[in-house]
Amino acid sequence: MESSIRKLIAAAALSVAATAACAAPVKIGFLGEFSGPQMAYGRDMYDGFMLAVEQGGGKLGGVDVQILKEDTQLKPDLATQVAQRLIEKEGVPIIAGVSFSNIMMAIHRQVTEKEVFLVGTNAGPSPLAGEQCSPYQFFASRQGDQQSEAVGRYAMEKGYKNVIAMAPNYQGGKDVIAGFKRTFTQGVTDEIYTPLNQLDFSVELTQLAARQPDAIFVFYPSNLGISFVRQFHAAGLIDQIDLLSMGTVDALTLPSIGEAATGVISGTYWAPDSEDPASIRFAEAFEEKTGRIPSEVAAASYDGALLIGSALAKVGGDMSKKEEFMAAMKAADFESIRGKFRFNNNHYPVQDFYVVKAAKDSKGRMNLETLQVYPDMADAYASQCAMK
Amino acid sequence: MLTWNVLLMQVLNGLQWGLLLFLLSAGLTLVFGIMNFVNLTHGSLYMMGGYFGAYAYGQTHSFWLACMVAVVGAAIVGVLLDRLVAASLYSRDHLDQVLATFGLILIFNELVRIVWGGNTSVVNPPEMLTGSVEIFGLRYPLYRLMIIVVGLLVSGLLYFIIHRTRIGMLIRAGATNTKMVSALGVNIKRLNLIVFAAGALLAGLAGVLNAPISAIQPGMGEPILILALVVIVTGGIGSIKGAFYGALLIGMADMVGRAFLPIAMTEFFGRAAAQLTGPAIASMGIYLLMAIVLIARPQGLFGGRHA
Repeated sequence: MESSIRKLIAAAALSVAATAACAAPVKIGFLGEFSGPQMAYGRDMYDGFMLAVEQGGGKLGGVDVQILKEDTQLKPDLATQVAQRLIEKEGVPIIAGVSFSNIMMAIHRQVTEKEVFLVGTNAGPSPLAGEQCSPYQFFASRQGDQQSEAVGRYAMEKGYKNVIAMAPNYQGGKDVIAGFKRTFTQGVTDEIYTPLNQLDFSVELTQLAARQPDAIFVFYPSNLGISFVRQFHAAGLIDQIDLLSMGTVDALTLPSIGEAATGVISGTYWAPDSEDPASIRFAEAFEEKTGRIPSEVAAASYDGALLIGSALAKVGGDMSKKEEFMAAMKAADFESIRGKFRFNNNHYPVQDFYVVKAAKDSKGRMNLETLQVYPDMADAYASQCAMK
Repeated sequence: MLTWNVLLMQVLNGLQWGLLLFLLSAGLTLVFGIMNFVNLTHGSLYMMGGYFGAYAYGQTHSFWLACMVAVVGAAIVGVLLDRLVAASLYSRDHLDQVLATFGLILIFNELVRIVWGGNTSVVNPPEMLTGSVEIFGLRYPLYRLMIIVVGLLVSGLLYFIIHRTRIGMLIRAGATNTKMVSALGVNIKRLNLIVFAAGALLAGLAGVLNAPISAIQPGMGEPILILALVVIVTGGIGSIKGAFYGALLIGMADMVGRAFLPIAMTEFFGRAAAQLTGPAIASMGIYLLMAIVLIARPQGLFGGRHA
């Protein structure tokens, strides 16, 4: 008798607790850069992510979510403090976003060791694709080398013989060039690394004008890209040398570069002129909400939110079911705006890559036009990851 | 590639960069020399020139109008700075001045971020200057040529004012011995204001001129401020001539060093080593130059006596 009453009380208590757990919204920490010149990335990522949340009526996968937006200011030590606070004080089960590799590398271990899910929607550093892969990490974007690998493939197919590579002198720049060289087996003639804060490229452009390569491959993000492309155009080099790039001309920089970017080639994993209906709907909704053309990082963040939603739906919003959530994430059973979407063993996507050209679109704005698609590209580090 | 036309082109690049640095350094050296005032906010005046120009460009799409707005706007900010902040600091210790003007840098950076957002603003060069012209067999942007012309014109104008007018004489006298000038009945406060405003005007001009080839963003003044400090220390504080030759020297050394140091290193040490250390050593070059000049002549090339 007593034991059955106890069981009844226990069952009642459990069900109340379970209901309470379901009723409270799932907290998701969103890390990004929202200040400084790099804020364009954080802003696009957040807007893309929140578009999915708003379209779900404040829910992802039918589950109430509360997004905690945090600015990491491109400072790894600040990011570790932010992550710690989110995990210990707020008790977030998921951390999403993260614009830059150095931030990702600073926080990944403390997040995954606490069995908190890390869903990156931009940065995709190579160590986390290989030896340091973790079942709690998922990347909705891409591995960082892949965009330049796509451009390298394109360059090989075009048969360029004399190519010079340029990038800022830091780890990110060197990784991008390494990715290009992986697929451009012809070999680059020279690599030029400029100081990270150098905005005046007149010296390097004079050297390029003298050396007359067939093409150059550059990686100059945000302000560096705006300066470089404008100066390249002003020096009259755009007619003499083909400009291949990665991360230099995109929706974040094209409004500032303007027509000077016409003809510049880039590699990306989401093309604005995709004819996939879900992609078109996303682009229109994003433009209506923000007045800007979405970039690939906004697209990845939108997909990331939908991915999280699909997994939340499967566990009914109960984040204590970590194994089930992990399996649901791995299954990636959601309608991606990139068409088919699946994960490799290291939780990085296997997806199509696009070689695009900057040109005016049908509405007269500077945009990206698809030249070539490379289907189902996997990253180069998956075999180094021990996961199956 | 060490052909003669490449060398001449890099010298031209150095000339353009040097003249831009001169515009910024002229005001800085005078303020330091005459008022004995360390003005770190000078870089922010350069930035304000860029932002005012971008704002005017956004409204009118006229480059020339943008320039005028930038120059006038920077001068006004300079006057406000002098009256509200600097005037009370002239008699204070250099450290107090550094702290105050550094604080102003932070305020200005946040101010532009609040008003214009963290985005990059854009100024486009005027239509007639968007092309390039063939010099020494290589193409050189017309716009940079314009900067050289403007830089030389301003230098000539400054020379004329400093050496052929009464106000220039007062400035030179003030740079040599402020107390005596004041004792002789010259309104030293008004002189300071004129010098401060003129320096701000030139900084704003440099900011808007550089805008089409660079990026207008919060904090854009600091890197160039550091170079301007190197210039005035090398050239001699308080000397316009020193600022001119110092800027040309530093500008040339920077550009030519960046161009040919990697090549020289490749010759001697091989490509791998050159790629690894070349960029780092090239950006160190101008500081090494400054150190060498100071060892040989601690007061700078033209420092000590005259403007």
